Amino acid sequence: MATVRIPPVLRPKTGGAPEVEAAGGNVGEVLRALTAEHPQTAEQLFDAEGELNRYVNVYLNDEDVRVLDGLDTAVKDGDTVVILPAMAGG
Amino acid sequence: MATGAQTEQVQQIEEIEPFEAQAEIEGGDVVLIDTREPHEYQEAHLEGGKLVPPGLLADEIATAAPDKSARTLLYCRSGNRSAIAAAQMQRMGYENVASVGGGILLWQEQGLPIVAAKGMTAEQRERYSRHTLLPEVGVDGQLKLLNAKVLLLGAGGLGAPTAMYLAAAGIGTLGLVDDDVVDSSNLQRQVIHNTDRIGEAKTASAKKFINALNPDVEVVEYGMRLDASNILDVIADYDVIVDGADNFPTRYLLNDASVRLRKPVVSASILSFDGQISTFVPFEGPCYRCLYPTPPPAELAPSCSANGVLGVMAGTMGTLQANEVIKLVLGVGDPLIGRLLLYEALGTRFTELKVRRDPECPICGENAPEIPESEMGQFPDYDSFCAG
Repeated sequence: MATVRIPPVLRPKTGGAPEVEAAGGNVGEVLRALTAEHPQTAEQLFDAEGELNRYVNVYLNDEDVRVLDGLDTAVKDGDTVVILPAMAGG
Repeated sequence: MATGAQTEQVQQIEEIEPFEAQAEIEGGDVVLIDTREPHEYQEAHLEGGKLVPPGLLADEIATAAPDKSARTLLYCRSGNRSAIAAAQMQRMGYENVASVGGGILLWQEQGLPIVAAKGMTAEQRERYSRHTLLPEVGVDGQLKLLNAKVLLLGAGGLGAPTAMYLAAAGIGTLGLVDDDVVDSSNLQRQVIHNTDRIGEAKTASAKKFINALNPDVEVVEYGMRLDASNILDVIADYDVIVDGADNFPTRYLLNDASVRLRKPVVSASILSFDGQISTFVPFEGPCYRCLYPTPPPAELAPSCSANGVLGVMAGTMGTLQANEVIKLVLGVGDPLIGRLLLYEALGTRFTELKVRRDPECPICGENAPEIPESEMGQFPDYDSFCAG
């Protein structure tokens, strides 16, 4: 199981939970497990082709999955997946 | 008899003239100890003199003068404290100690060289003494702060605490960009403003606070919104820019303009209980677009006015921004270059993520187009870019 950190803007879609446990062998599977559990998160994470939306950053632990293997990046038990959208509040 | 013993000890101290001390110091192999208080040392001291205040002698002398057989010269203001310290050191087993008679006063009277704090007034030396005591700041560092020009985008949730600490730190010029007026709903977090100033321009209100806190700081007000037509002129004069803007178009515009002019940007954003901060130094680390290539659609970009924000969390992020600015100006420590720091106030948890330069970045990447001088002030339409 991996821990998925949910940003404030997505928390209304996860019932307010700041963290969700999700299973999967890679980042894509973990995020799909999240969207299966909380379907409203899907359209904000993925585009029509099933790719990660360009404006959503996803990190495996402290590394951007864009510099790893994207959604194919392998996930181990206990890893943390961070979903991070840009924020503009000042 | 105690007094007799003390007199005897003082009499046993070797006392030398300033010019003799000067000759010995120039000859090398001399440990030179300043037996005054830190504030006296900061104002003026002898070159190479190590500060060991009288009250700390027993604890610190072994570090400053580890070799008890080495030639050790002590000086103070007029020669009294150094004579007492010399006696104390002899009792501790130092074998070759001498006190400079007449102290630094006589030394200066005889025209011998000293290291003096240049460029600061007596009031400034007092005001910034807790900075200048830090070896990483010192007098030179404080002078850098006093000569620094820092521009703050936004005098709101982030800009208020950032401006307060930068003003206290003695940043010489603070530019404030904000076209808003103080509203009572701001005061839960924008602590630079106050109840009496509701309805005033935020830049004017902030200026009043800053002037009252520190008259050394010159405040430049920009009661406008930055856009493509004015941004280069505004940011060109500044050493560091602090992004506390409340909208994406301004954040992307600032990034693209600051990369063109190679200005470092300390960027933070806040929402509800969460904050993010990073420092973007063009071509040394990633830029804002390397981190966020595309802004989110409006429904994923709620504002603090729509979603709320914890006031004290804004203060935490704003003071972190001030900390980054001060490190950049001083050139010390490790700024958040290539690192994004997340703060969650509810969990009181900090998380650090790596941010890489994107070789494909349209602004700072390897293939980013060179901007000819004639097009320097031309930018894309960020409002439509961010609405997309």
